Amino acid sequence: MTDGMTAAVLTVNGEDRMVVFPTHHTLLEVLREECALPGTKHGCELGECGACTVLIEGKPALSCLVLAAECVGRRIETVEGLWGKDGPHPLQTTFAELGAAQCGYCTPGILMTSKALLAKNERPSDPEIREALSGNLCRCTGYSKIIEAVEWAGAIMRGEDDGMPTETQVFGARTKAEVIDD
Amino acid sequence: MTERRPTELEGQSPGGKRKGLKLIGTPHRRVDGMAKVTGQTVFADDFVAPRMVHMKLVRSTVPHARILRIDTSLAERMPGVLGVLTGESMPNTFGILPVSQDEHVLCRDLVRFVGDPVVAIAATTEEVAAEAALAVVVDYEPLPTISSVAEAIATPEPQMHDYADQGNIHKVVSMRFGDVDAGFAEADLILEDDCFFEGNTHLAMEQHATVAIPEPDGKITVYSSTQTPHYLHKAMTKVLEKPASHIRIIAAPNGGGFGGKSDPFNHEICAAKMALQLGRPVKVCLTREEVFYCHRGRHPVQMHLRTGFTRDGRMTAQHLKTALDGGAYGSYGVASTYYTGALQTVTYKLPRYQFDSIRAFTNKPPCGPKRGHGTPQPRFGFEVHLDKAAEKLGICPGELRLKNVVEPNTVTANYLKVGSIGLRKCIEAVMEGSNFKERHRKLPFGRGLGLACSSYLTGAGLPIYWNHMPHSGVQLKFDRSGGIAAFCGETEIGQGSDTVLAACIAEVLGVDLMDIRLCVADTDLTPVDLGSYSSRVTIMMGNAAIQAAERARELIAKAVAEKLELPVSRLVFADRRVFDAEDPEKGLDWPDAVIAAESKFGTLGTTGSYSPPRSPGKFRGAGVGPSPCYSYSACVLEVEVDPETGLYTVDHVWMAHDVGQSINAASVMGQIEGSIYMGLGEATMEESAFRRLPARLSNALVHKFPSLLEYKSPTFLDMPKMTTYVIEDPDPNGPFGAKEVGQGPLLPMMPALANAIYDAVGVRVDQVPIGPHMILKGLDDKAKGKPGRYGPGPFPAFDFGEPLDVPTLDEGGDGKATNNAARGLREDRGTMKIIKS
Repeated sequence: MTDGMTAAVLTVNGEDRMVVFPTHHTLLEVLREECALPGTKHGCELGECGACTVLIEGKPALSCLVLAAECVGRRIETVEGLWGKDGPHPLQTTFAELGAAQCGYCTPGILMTSKALLAKNERPSDPEIREALSGNLCRCTGYSKIIEAVEWAGAIMRGEDDGMPTETQVFGARTKAEVIDD
Repeated sequence: MTERRPTELEGQSPGGKRKGLKLIGTPHRRVDGMAKVTGQTVFADDFVAPRMVHMKLVRSTVPHARILRIDTSLAERMPGVLGVLTGESMPNTFGILPVSQDEHVLCRDLVRFVGDPVVAIAATTEEVAAEAALAVVVDYEPLPTISSVAEAIATPEPQMHDYADQGNIHKVVSMRFGDVDAGFAEADLILEDDCFFEGNTHLAMEQHATVAIPEPDGKITVYSSTQTPHYLHKAMTKVLEKPASHIRIIAAPNGGGFGGKSDPFNHEICAAKMALQLGRPVKVCLTREEVFYCHRGRHPVQMHLRTGFTRDGRMTAQHLKTALDGGAYGSYGVASTYYTGALQTVTYKLPRYQFDSIRAFTNKPPCGPKRGHGTPQPRFGFEVHLDKAAEKLGICPGELRLKNVVEPNTVTANYLKVGSIGLRKCIEAVMEGSNFKERHRKLPFGRGLGLACSSYLTGAGLPIYWNHMPHSGVQLKFDRSGGIAAFCGETEIGQGSDTVLAACIAEVLGVDLMDIRLCVADTDLTPVDLGSYSSRVTIMMGNAAIQAAERARELIAKAVAEKLELPVSRLVFADRRVFDAEDPEKGLDWPDAVIAAESKFGTLGTTGSYSPPRSPGKFRGAGVGPSPCYSYSACVLEVEVDPETGLYTVDHVWMAHDVGQSINAASVMGQIEGSIYMGLGEATMEESAFRRLPARLSNALVHKFPSLLEYKSPTFLDMPKMTTYVIEDPDPNGPFGAKEVGQGPLLPMMPALANAIYDAVGVRVDQVPIGPHMILKGLDDKAKGKPGRYGPGPFPAFDFGEPLDVPTLDEGGDGKATNNAARGLREDRGTMKIIKS
């Protein structure tokens, strides 16, 4: 092996991938460049924005601050792995239905953080959702639809909701909406 | 803030259908929704081409200097380095506005701010390019630096740009609409205020990126995160000196724009130049720090307002002065300058109005358009000013505003044509929702409510360069499968324009969103849409799409009518069918209807286009401000202030927005909530601040916070409870009556906060962002018997000369100026006096 290079098998979204990369490269770089999984985004590459969040062993991690070489033998999940054999993850459905993704750039990171939250807390409260997602910046949505999408996905995952959008879900409980007409 | 409230829906439920509309007005899933949650949306930096190389820019480390020598020899010898460019190779200037073509892709003689690009390096990897960039040596001869409007006025030499109106004052504007002196003479109360709005930046989550791909026949294709592919096309044509038809710009979906990707940028053109030189695809992706240097964000603006009021609260005249700190280049600055005055007249009746403004060149990253473009700053000043006036006049601030709301279908003092106006309903909604009348000025010390309103244009009435062509075009192509391909130059920046395009077509033709395939933002394949700026896309593209779809409906209806032996007038297009209104069983499925039309007419395609109506103003400067219609917003904000620390929390925001008609009700809500969020950031924490390093460290002017960590922006934990009211009062100029929603609701947040803080603790903070120390200083001053005000000093002394005089309609004016003062100003550049304060 050339100096400073690492050849390794990374387990991403349940699939083993043989990759060769400069040893100092971050997981973010290796996912995007070597694994051809550009769904994971970068907003700062300094651990400030949360856009690059992936799950390592089920826990949210900023892939811009993790060396890929450290991840050998660990279970890595990215946004590309959310859509399973049964179709979209409930979070994907609710984010799309509610418009919780506008430009969509922060969305992969927020989806991964949310997935980890719902895995350890099946009924998170509003403050718990805010706390869990407080490291993920979004400039488009004002965050409110994201919180509602996480709550709704939780309800679907608990079997309390069929995932079909209703007007109340789209307009939300947090945001009171009124259309005032002539 | 955290409790969940049951959904309260009053009156017609949101998303309710209107007048036979099926899809328009409902909340529906965005057409790009699933792509965005699966990671499949291809942003510019996600694009990879075979043989692609990477480019880095060497940026100036000094704020103002002459370039003495550029030595790239070390860099060129580094293994992996493939190409080096300097300004020598690109002599032509560019810029977004025809009147300020003042940028070079790479600086040639002068650098004008820390971050100005000087050299470009391409290499096999991004890392090698970055290392090589560090190896470039540039020798500079430092020049004096300008950090503020006052310094620019005081330092006419050396000029940063020789085309400036005067010295280092880029632009001087002075216009008077009507007999302002007579207006002030009628006033019972004349109020004067000095305010300041600090600059801030867009902070789109996506860093700008471009991939330029040379083609074997000598053409070039450029994928870029740009909001304005058409204008980038023009700039690139000029700098590369290639025929425009050999350059193809494709705007990738933007990972947020907010105005920050509206200029043609150095890195975009440079990547294309490098790609042509190397014959290989070139990618450049800016670091977050570089994004802060690209900037084009909110101008810092100092303002002076003087307004006359009658005892019963009517306005008799206003004189507004604004001073913009423009940064190092023109960008949209001339337009921004006019925008700091243009929309003062469209909310409240202002019979006479004078507006004076200067924009200064300073050695900082260029300012430009950010959400609200030039209008949030004077709106802040105006709405705080009105809060003070209401108190002095003993009138409720809501009542004062209601008393003055502009009537629908009027022409303002500065010749803007207001059509529909839902402002009254907006004010009433937020006052009722917040129980304003019962609670304002009656809450315990430390808790307060503030009210503010705003307006914004629904699309700029004029294009950036003068021409008689449509502002937006849509082309439809019908496949015999029933599939519709829609071609439009519009750019999806997250605002949902793709979905609006599809929805307008689906509504007219009665098909599903899934029947429509979009091809957008491609200068080779799509008709021009001028870009995602000035809240213009929904109205302009929407109207063009409706026209194209209606033309297609006409053709299809003729063919189906013939086939079914029915009059065309009885046909209905709905539910993917074309059928007889009187006998719905009788009809054709959508694909069969298309087949009937193709059989009758041949290959089926239609076009639609849109140009805004002409505006009545005919004076110099009348091009900024006109719009087919204006949106309106009103906001009440509740704050809790800790008088011990000055720390405060925004607990609840009530925001009403007059959108005319929702196209996608879910997106409308999203835009309003996003505006509340971004306004909250501007009001409470966001600032693009600069400092001058001490002399021993070069005196350089440097950005204080070129990072996401230190440039503070609101997180999930900072958001208040939001109550949103969507006011639907359709405007005849809008597609299905729709007006803008993406920018307007941001504007009232900042003044609403300042007004709420005054209600809470009696301190006037006349600037944003509002820091706890400002409140504490105000409280300390009050305790010492001084006025509890924190804000800027007097407006910089500047002689604006003779204003352009435009009599108002009421005074018998015809929209033309009665003198040519503004022309004289330009020609007699040297004769203006500078008054040193």
